[in-house]
Amino acid sequence: MQDLSLHILDIVENSITAGAKHVEIAITEDLEKDSLSIEIMDDGKGMDKSFVKKATSPFVSTRTERRVGFGLSLLAQAARMSNGSLTIHSEPYRGTKVKAVFQYSHIDRQPLGNIGDTLLTLIVGNPHVEFVYRHQRGVREFNLCSRDLRVRLEDLLVVSPQGLRSLREKLKQDFH
Amino acid sequence: MPKLTLDDLRKIQEKSRRMTMLREGAGKAKITVHMGTCGIAAGARDIMVAFLDEIEKKDAKDVIITTSGCAGLCSREPMATVELAGQAPVKYVDLTPEKARTIFTDHVLKGKIVMEYALALGSERTF
Repeated sequence: MQDLSLHILDIVENSITAGAKHVEIAITEDLEKDSLSIEIMDDGKGMDKSFVKKATSPFVSTRTERRVGFGLSLLAQAARMSNGSLTIHSEPYRGTKVKAVFQYSHIDRQPLGNIGDTLLTLIVGNPHVEFVYRHQRGVREFNLCSRDLRVRLEDLLVVSPQGLRSLREKLKQDFH
Repeated sequence: MPKLTLDDLRKIQEKSRRMTMLREGAGKAKITVHMGTCGIAAGARDIMVAFLDEIEKKDAKDVIITTSGCAGLCSREPMATVELAGQAPVKYVDLTPEKARTIFTDHVLKGKIVMEYALALGSERTF
C-alpha cells in the first residue's frame, strides 16, 4: 500500500465482508504529541480472542475466514515502521475496532493520501452501509456522515451523475 | 398528519421503481471493481474513480457500480467485471484508468466488448 488512505479502504472492506452496516472512520492528527491515529470501528460479526491474536500475521490467512489476510498485517507493518503500533479490539457479534498509531514526523510514516477517493469508493460501492467519517487536525475538524447524504445516496444505488457530483463536492471540503 | 399530495405519491412511485430495478439488477450495465487487498495495492481505487468520473462526464444513467473482494487472480489486478443486461459477464484484467475509460465508452455505453483487455471470453465446457 502506498499511503494510509489505501490501508483504510482495505480495512473497511474487511468490515463490510464481516457484514458491517455501520462503519466509523476517525483520523486524528495531533501535532503537539507528534502522533497520527486512525481508528476504524464496525458493527460486523467480530472475531474471538484467539483470532484477534493471530489477525495481524500474514501467514494465518484462511480462505474461508476473510477477516484476516494481508490487509491487517500490512497496516501493522506500516505502523511499526513509523514508531507506532496497531491494536485490535473485537468480540464475536459485537464488531471490531482497529486502531493504528503513527509517529507523525517519522520519516517512514506513509502520507495520508487521497481520503476523498477512499470515501467515494466506499460510499458509492456500498450504498447499504452507513459511513461516519471524522477528521481532526488540532482544533479543526471535518465530519461526514453518509446518512446526511441519504436522499442522494438513493440515487447512488443506480449511480446518478448528479448524486455523484454532489458527493464529490462535499468530499472536496475536507482539508488536505 | 400532513396531506399526501399527488406529487408525493409520484415521488414514492419513482423511488420504489428505482429500488426494484436495482434488486432485480435491471440496470443497463453493472460494473464490479475487485477491491481485495491485492486489488487495492495494484490501484483498484483509481479504476473505480475513473469509472465514476466517466459516469459523471457522460451523464450515464442506470449504471450500477459496485465492489467485490479478491477473485483469486491477484497477479492480474486491477480487475473489473462488466455485465450488460442479458449478456455474459466479461472480466477485464491488468487495468489502468485509461483502459477503464475505453472500456466504459466502448463496452458499457456502446455494447462493444474490448477484446484486448479481456481475460477470456465465453464459458468453459466440460466435455
